[in-house]
Amino acid sequence: MIGFLNALPGAAAQGIIWGIMAIGVYITYKILDIADLTVDGSFGTGGATLVMCMTSGMGMPLSLLMAFLAGCAAGFITGILHTKFGIPAILAGILTQLGLYSVNLRILGGANLTLSDRKYKLLVNLKNIYPSLVVCVIFTVIIIGILYWFFGTEMGHSLRATGCNASMARANGINTSRNQIIAIILSNGIVALSGALLSQWQGFADVNMGRGAIVIGLAAVIIGEVIFGKIFHNFALRLTGVVCGGIVYYAVITFVLRLGLNANDLKLLSAVVVAVFLAVPYWKKAWSENRSKAVREVK
Amino acid sequence: MLEIKNVYKTFNKGTINEKKALQNLNLTLNDGDFVTVIGGNGAGKSTMLNMIAGVYPVDSGMITINGTDVTGMKEHIRAQFLGRVFQDPMMGTAADMWIEENMALAGRRGQKRGLRWAITHKEREEFKEKLKELELGLENRLSTKVGLLSGGQRQALTLLMATMKRPDLLLLDEHTAALDPKTAAKVLELTDKLIEEEGLTALMITHNMRDAIHYGNRLIMMNEGQIILDVSGEEKKKLTVEDLLAAFSRLSGSEFANDRALLSK
Repeated sequence: MIGFLNALPGAAAQGIIWGIMAIGVYITYKILDIADLTVDGSFGTGGATLVMCMTSGMGMPLSLLMAFLAGCAAGFITGILHTKFGIPAILAGILTQLGLYSVNLRILGGANLTLSDRKYKLLVNLKNIYPSLVVCVIFTVIIIGILYWFFGTEMGHSLRATGCNASMARANGINTSRNQIIAIILSNGIVALSGALLSQWQGFADVNMGRGAIVIGLAAVIIGEVIFGKIFHNFALRLTGVVCGGIVYYAVITFVLRLGLNANDLKLLSAVVVAVFLAVPYWKKAWSENRSKAVREVK
Repeated sequence: MLEIKNVYKTFNKGTINEKKALQNLNLTLNDGDFVTVIGGNGAGKSTMLNMIAGVYPVDSGMITINGTDVTGMKEHIRAQFLGRVFQDPMMGTAADMWIEENMALAGRRGQKRGLRWAITHKEREEFKEKLKELELGLENRLSTKVGLLSGGQRQALTLLMATMKRPDLLLLDEHTAALDPKTAAKVLELTDKLIEEEGLTALMITHNMRDAIHYGNRLIMMNEGQIILDVSGEEKKKLTVEDLLAAFSRLSGSEFANDRALLSK
């Protein structure tokens, strides 16, 4: 138990980093109402780009910017595949993600690339847990702040309308294809930024680091909604809930690992947990509909 | 105002489900015309409205609004000319967004949407004023999600949104069909009032022949993708439902078949 408590701050930092990625997932999954699987690739692209930029001599701010832009580029491809090539969003994301695997290998020049915390000044690193936590929180606050502002603007409103009711959006003069592209770009930029933070945290970028990212992101979004959905109505608070969902997710993972779960079985566990959480609202609805039908029949 | 010239549209061309929805459709609307549209099942009424709105492209022909050729114009660009209310109350509003957010979206129809704040204080006051006129108590619920409103409330709101930024042409696609009779009558009254006050040009599809006669200054009847009857002015005022049914069987050579129309005669 002591060991678990000691591991908590580290889990929280990692949870926040994945929580930032989950904010990206929130934009596509919740606001745009599509499941964008690009993230499994663009997360790694962000990490790879940052490590590559840093090791080739760029400063931290510029490297972060490059990672963000690389993610945006990935999102742009998915957006084009979906809106201009007419490929269903899920498939478009899978295609980009597959292609990104090769791209990420090219960026890294191999399967992985080390980013030594002794050679470079890193923002977050598992050897400096508490300062890292502070940095993670600052990043989260800035990102949520910017998104809160953005989704309150005319353009932000039109993005929300696009996800909520595309026919209505078009009837009101909103270019829904363009908006979908913008939202997917923004989402993947944030995902890549989160990948850039994780590569610093673990001190290397790996071509497989984004595998299953979408599932973790969905887990964070859903956990955030289940736990905080009833209290958090404001948009900024809801995004905070998503990040908290990431923290809860990582705390749970840390806990079950401490209990002796084989780390190799983690992905299976994550998949099962997310599947159940996705199913619960559906079951609930089906159950309540059945009940009201039964009540009517009795009457 | 609106000009539809020789428009054809066939769905599922070359398959066994081929459906000739519009066949050489011609229609000219004058400024301020309030035209009611009736016709049987599959007569092409909705297709005509969707063609005008640009939901899907025409096969051939031309559509101009206020002298602008809109035939090849995308739906969201054409929206600058049009206000639209749909049959399905769910379709005209964004359910997860607030009443004021929906109205602000509609208020910027045809304008560039940039990074300015989406709703201003001044607008909020205007929204309240407009909602008050609906007499549905919505003026105190600006930050209620539209999804929580009833079908009638949503249709009334959609109507308000469609006319908030004055449209060159208002398209109403059986917008009261999904409502209960009392609510339908109320929404229809509101429609008439808005069109009258603002002097709008409007095309309204209805399945109710009495409504089609009672409202508007002109009535057209469609059959098999064409307009078979076009009455306006004094002649329209004297029409009766029986006249319309007789005219239909005379002009089309068959009985009037519209499930809903027959039920609500």
